Amino acid sequence: MGLAILYDSTMCIGCRECEKACAARWKLPYNDKIAAEEQISAHKLTAIQTHGERYSRRLCMHCADPTCASVCPVGAFTKTALGPVVYDQTKCIGCRYCMLACPFQVPTYQWTSRLPIVRKCDMCYERVSHGKPTACAEACPTGATISGDRDQLIQEARRRINEKPGQYYARIYGVEEVGGTSTLFLSAVPFGQLGIPTNLPKTPLPMLTWRVLSRTPDIASIAGVLLGGVYWITHRRELVAAEEGKDKPKGVRK
Amino acid sequence: MKAALGRLTLWRVLFALIMFGGLCGLYVRGMYGLGGSTNLTDRFPWGLWKGFNVLTGIGLGAGGFTIAATVHIFNLKRYKPILRIALLTAFLGYSLMAVALMIDIGQPQRIWHPIVMWNEHSVLFEVAWCVMLYLTVLSLEFAPAVCERFRWRAVLKFVRMISAPVVIFGVVLSTLHQSSLGTLFLIVPEKLYGLWYTPLLPVLFFVSAVCAGLAMVIFASWQSHNALGKQVPAALLEGVARVLTVMLLFYLAIRFVDLFRRDAERLLVVNRMETWLFGLETALLAVPMLLLLRPRNRANPAALYLCSLMVLFGFVANRLNVSITGLEASQATHYIPRWPEVMITLSLISIGFAVFRMAALHLPLFVETVHAEEPEAELVAV
Repeated sequence: MGLAILYDSTMCIGCRECEKACAARWKLPYNDKIAAEEQISAHKLTAIQTHGERYSRRLCMHCADPTCASVCPVGAFTKTALGPVVYDQTKCIGCRYCMLACPFQVPTYQWTSRLPIVRKCDMCYERVSHGKPTACAEACPTGATISGDRDQLIQEARRRINEKPGQYYARIYGVEEVGGTSTLFLSAVPFGQLGIPTNLPKTPLPMLTWRVLSRTPDIASIAGVLLGGVYWITHRRELVAAEEGKDKPKGVRK
Repeated sequence: MKAALGRLTLWRVLFALIMFGGLCGLYVRGMYGLGGSTNLTDRFPWGLWKGFNVLTGIGLGAGGFTIAATVHIFNLKRYKPILRIALLTAFLGYSLMAVALMIDIGQPQRIWHPIVMWNEHSVLFEVAWCVMLYLTVLSLEFAPAVCERFRWRAVLKFVRMISAPVVIFGVVLSTLHQSSLGTLFLIVPEKLYGLWYTPLLPVLFFVSAVCAGLAMVIFASWQSHNALGKQVPAALLEGVARVLTVMLLFYLAIRFVDLFRRDAERLLVVNRMETWLFGLETALLAVPMLLLLRPRNRANPAALYLCSLMVLFGFVANRLNVSITGLEASQATHYIPRWPEVMITLSLISIGFAVFRMAALHLPLFVETVHAEEPEAELVAV
């Protein structure tokens, strides 16, 4: 399934170098005030969150079957073969259905702009397509964030859990959530304690709407034929009645 | 006479005030963007303009396809006098929805994008197409009223010629997008509160839209009768009310069977805001249904009007619950619309009333007897 990012919460020291590198990569301002914001937004595409003495990181999960790509009416989101989910701002009409639908609340909006666009992490598509690591992985001093091949990262995560079972909550977040994501999390505690959604199904969310939507041609053709039939019958009945009405007086006259 | 004039003036002053507020709201929206004019956030990206103007505007227009199907497809000609009212409310509902959408979306100048940029996996893409096509259908269906007024006989003849396939196409489109508005919310199973999230959302949205559309037809007929003195045969509205009662019963039956099948009825005893809102929404649909079961109430114009109003409010409550209040708890936010959102919404409603009034005054909406020049007139032997 291509490239992925692995964030290991147990190795994170909360230095926010990833945030800084991400801001630089997007040419966004970065200062102490922005550093203190723990939510992702249109001017901060990744955020370190503190949960007591632990850290967690917010960024796009790059789902295998992305909800944003499925709901967007103009197809502005694409899951690339390489792994990243990318967004084409020239297509976006600003309906914000992606924001409503994303189970991870990742797409964010330029609320103060007059012609706003959606912003989200694109796994440094430009960089990774040239074989480089993501900006956040490159900047991370402890190796808490690394990027690379998804299968290899899952192997690496399993190795860490097996090597130090006491240090880890024995699950890799993102292997099967909503059909699998290309951002993977490791943690010392259950993921819910780090503010990561744990109520998500293992099946991709787009299945929920596609199950209904894929029936559209059937519904349309059945309804069309049915209504056409009713129309034909009711109007035929009327024609017959009219004909009989015409015939009767003739018969009387004869 | 004086009283009538006085009332009229009061309404006009109110109308002017609302329009002024709406224009101020529009200015704020244009100058300061969505952030300056709405209380929407990254966690709560859809508000009043989507939940009310779009969802409700389309739903209230459902009377158009319902009555068009009754008259043209099921060939129940006696409902013809209310056909044009129904089509007009639909046309207004959809047009105002389109205006509201232009105000709500971030890049209104790209509203045409779905025509060329396709994503057939998107429910919203399907809705966009259906609504675009259905607005065209509605224009064609309503065209005879305008053509008659201005005596464009050639156009009238053409429109009549293609009327049958157009009406059928319109009903198919309506069935699809009215239910698809419910499908929109199937994608948020973990966000929408259990009293509203159900795989049956598309079915429920379709059936409730038919209810709202019928209620809207009764409401608009009564409104035009009251304000403009145009008479709609009471027997017709009685017939519409009877269908409305059955549809409401049907809707409530699906709603509760579904609740129990999903084991969501346990949520009904939890003391939370959602439970009360669900109660409100259900009462606003169940009470008129019970009232309309009595033939005496169906024959009484005032009772009929009151019931249709309740159904309309119940419908609006349901749409707002699905699109706004039902999502608040999971998002840990509380959304209250900012004044530009409210004023623009009120302005659009007022424009709807005003245009309806103008059309009712100047267009031949109330065809009680079919004109002699119409070929159909010969067919109506009875």
